[in-house]
Amino acid sequence: MNSIEVKNITKYYGNTKALDDVSITIEPNKIYGLLGRNGAGKTTLLNLLTNKIFPNKGNITLDGESIFENDKALNNIFYMMEKNLFPETMKVKEVFKWTKEFYTSFDDDYAKSLSGKFGLNINKKVKGLSTGYTSIFKAILALASNANVLLLDEPVLGLDANHRDLLYKELLTSYNERPKTIIISTHLIEEVSEVLEEAIIIKAGKILAKKSVEELLESAYTVSGEASNVDSYISGKEYIGEETMGRFKSVTVLENSSKQNKELARKLDLEFSNVELQKLFINLTN
Amino acid sequence: MLLDFNSDKPIYIQISEAIEDDILKDIYKEEEQVISTTELSVSLKINPATARKGLNLLVDDGIIYKKRGVGMFVCDGAKDKILEKRKKSFYDNFISSLLEEASKLKISKEEIIKMIEGGN
Repeated sequence: MNSIEVKNITKYYGNTKALDDVSITIEPNKIYGLLGRNGAGKTTLLNLLTNKIFPNKGNITLDGESIFENDKALNNIFYMMEKNLFPETMKVKEVFKWTKEFYTSFDDDYAKSLSGKFGLNINKKVKGLSTGYTSIFKAILALASNANVLLLDEPVLGLDANHRDLLYKELLTSYNERPKTIIISTHLIEEVSEVLEEAIIIKAGKILAKKSVEELLESAYTVSGEASNVDSYISGKEYIGEETMGRFKSVTVLENSSKQNKELARKLDLEFSNVELQKLFINLTN
Repeated sequence: MLLDFNSDKPIYIQISEAIEDDILKDIYKEEEQVISTTELSVSLKINPATARKGLNLLVDDGIIYKKRGVGMFVCDGAKDKILEKRKKSFYDNFISSLLEEASKLKISKEEIIKMIEGGN
């Protein structure tokens, strides 16, 4: 249930192509990371998924039904946006009530218990919240919405390390209790990489990769050592992210690390290491 | 359980080895329940699919077993199985890297044996 199909979506802002013929399938009950640099098209994609804006071409379906002006489909998707849509003069607890009007399975008790854990004062007006607490407040709305699909745009914006830790834990607790589809768009890749099951990498309006994090990390490795030996090792191989420090050089090679390669690297006195998602991302999107 | 997120060892393998270590140390005794997927996922902040993969590795090796609707339990004889398995990989995991480092440092076989026996 709740499988999302994005088919051949193109979106222009004026003359700028924000998304270019994007097609992806979001499988139900997986945690996805939507990773891309500023302006890559992440927020545009999330806005399209929730019918906030309309594509110039293509269509999006939830369980086979078009989401365009489809309230039933959209009530299954909760979008935690960077911008606020509710009246900012409302108190936190009033927004909880207000949200229940739209998301009928919104769990008020859960929202209040999360507020307690994060130290969010529910009698405060939304406009009086700090950047960090605004993020926390919006994340609480998302978690308590009980929607089957959660779209989280920069959920940890402005959160200190303790609150980020708590948020990831609460998110995983909720996911373990009741699996749902979660798409997290973030710049803080390193700390979220183990939370994700799949990564969608987007660059200049195109999907560069959509793979399980494990597969993605297995598709590359870093080799390092004396520069001339590294050069002879990588000749004829596809690589990215060359870094030289004095006579030491490291390179990310885009292939599976086979036994043969490891043998060759050992002969050349080179070291093999796994590539980190963050580093792979930087190199792929540069 | 502490994981090394920078290690080149995949997280799910680290999980299965850590639970094996806990069984060897009698933290989980035979026929006792081990940590659940949810507990692993939340406390280590990892995707439950990764945690499940780590536990399933131990199920496949006959070290833990699943009681439907209850959880995972340590098999009878699990400790011996782990010991046997670890002994087999002892050479690959420890001896071969020891020999590699020793050859880099030009330490002879005799010197290594002396070190092990406690002389210097």
